Amino acid sequence: MAEILPLDEAVAELVHDGDSVALEGFTHLIPFAAGHEIVRQHRRDLALIRMTPDLIYDQMIGAGCARKLIFSWGGNPGVGSLHRLRDAVEHDWPGPLELEEHSHAGMAARYAAGASNLPFGTLRGYVGTELLGHAEDTVAAIDCPFTGETLTAVRALRPDVGIVHAQRADRQGNVQIWGIVGVQKEIVLASVRSLVTVEELVDDLKPEPGALVLPTWAVGAVAEAPHGAHPSYAHSYYDRDNGFYQRWDEISRDRDSFQDWIAEHVLSSAGVA
Amino acid sequence: MSTKVEDAVSADEMMTVVAARALTDETVCFVGIGLPSTAANLARLTHAPRTVLVYESGTIGSKPRTLPLSIGDGELAETADAVVPVPEIFAYWLQGGRIDVGFLGAAQIDRLGNLNSTVIGDYERPKVRLPGAGGAPEIAAMAGEVIVIIRQSRRSFVERLDFRTSVGYGVAPGDRTRLAMPGKGPTIVITDLGVLRPDTETRELTLTQVHPGVSVQEAREKTGWPLQVSEDVEETEPPTDGELSELRRLRATLEANE
Repeated sequence: MAEILPLDEAVAELVHDGDSVALEGFTHLIPFAAGHEIVRQHRRDLALIRMTPDLIYDQMIGAGCARKLIFSWGGNPGVGSLHRLRDAVEHDWPGPLELEEHSHAGMAARYAAGASNLPFGTLRGYVGTELLGHAEDTVAAIDCPFTGETLTAVRALRPDVGIVHAQRADRQGNVQIWGIVGVQKEIVLASVRSLVTVEELVDDLKPEPGALVLPTWAVGAVAEAPHGAHPSYAHSYYDRDNGFYQRWDEISRDRDSFQDWIAEHVLSSAGVA
Repeated sequence: MSTKVEDAVSADEMMTVVAARALTDETVCFVGIGLPSTAANLARLTHAPRTVLVYESGTIGSKPRTLPLSIGDGELAETADAVVPVPEIFAYWLQGGRIDVGFLGAAQIDRLGNLNSTVIGDYERPKVRLPGAGGAPEIAAMAGEVIVIIRQSRRSFVERLDFRTSVGYGVAPGDRTRLAMPGKGPTIVITDLGVLRPDTETRELTLTQVHPGVSVQEAREKTGWPLQVSEDVEETEPPTDGELSELRRLRATLEANE
């Protein structure tokens, strides 16, 4: 059974310095509130895992939480660069950042392999690209034992902690997610410990078209975090704040304005971003 | 040349209209964000109403009424025929061979249509850290064919990529077969200056078309290798009033979204 906890207690209990941590949500349901709580608790030396680092990892990298980033696309969607990520890679600010870089298809296969308790996932990918030379201990050619074809193996991802946001959970901790479901299920099942933040806790989960349900016994902890995916969105609750994604370009471009923003909107606020 | 409309047409608009025209009706198209998404939706709203747009967030058959800023805006899910998990969109639908056309952009392209979207400069000490691969390497390998949209300059059309993120025709003709890539590769490269297509034998990108007001000489000057030019370079038909007004209406919906 999932524990129902306040967000600050859940993060304190589940996320430790040095952990590998995946905060997922493919554009939709990005767990910003949980990420901000990790910043507030000053976690350090995390290996951050995420297909699309987005603004949340730009903030966590700039705030000094990360030693490594495992990812496949690190931009501000439709806007441009992630300036804090670039500053870390290009100038080691606020510290050096090790990169482990894949494609989306590869990352998705790695999560699915982790959820399936397999050591690797298989795909037809990476061949002919230079990605092969830059993630050597996580990508390898493999021969199919049945057809002899050469395929690509990617090492499974089994994060210490997987964190996602969802629309709602019931008071037993059963979680319901709909709209773009991304890799939410895979990351919860692939991770050693898991946390799901939700828009609301309800008495009964009303069926929704296309929804997936994570049963309470497959989830580590559930924390209520209304508006916890903002500035991304929660389908049926609120829209993506495209204006904030645009403004982030300006806020994050400069180290001082970034630090002012983090101080004002994350460090000094009590659990609400 | 008619002048009135085309004087008012920006280079990006020209490129987007030509990219939309490259998409034929009733194709299944895997769409990246930015210009590819604008072009694919323009095609859907003009000459190709039965084109199926697939976004990597897992939305299949999206018919957005406003242009999305990201590949996972709620609008894409709400107007989709189906929404599937991300591992499925890559494994069952792209790798499964169900995508006719992939639409890609990049920071750099070489003469064999290989693409860089990873770094400018050295990988360990990049001058510019770009977003990275995303869905591009597998789209480039597995879509039936690939349409590339990229602004043309000596910085983007380079003799040697700083990083090969996605394979066009590799380093020599026959590489796609050797690498067991099911798709044909880039069949058309659309820029703000004109259109390039691969030579049928050498696969080298060849200038086949220039947009109104652009000279072959300018295209050569803005290419970082000795550009191969077709014997009969055509001039692009200017955008029609219908194409242009629909494009501007679409772009206004994107701005309204911000």
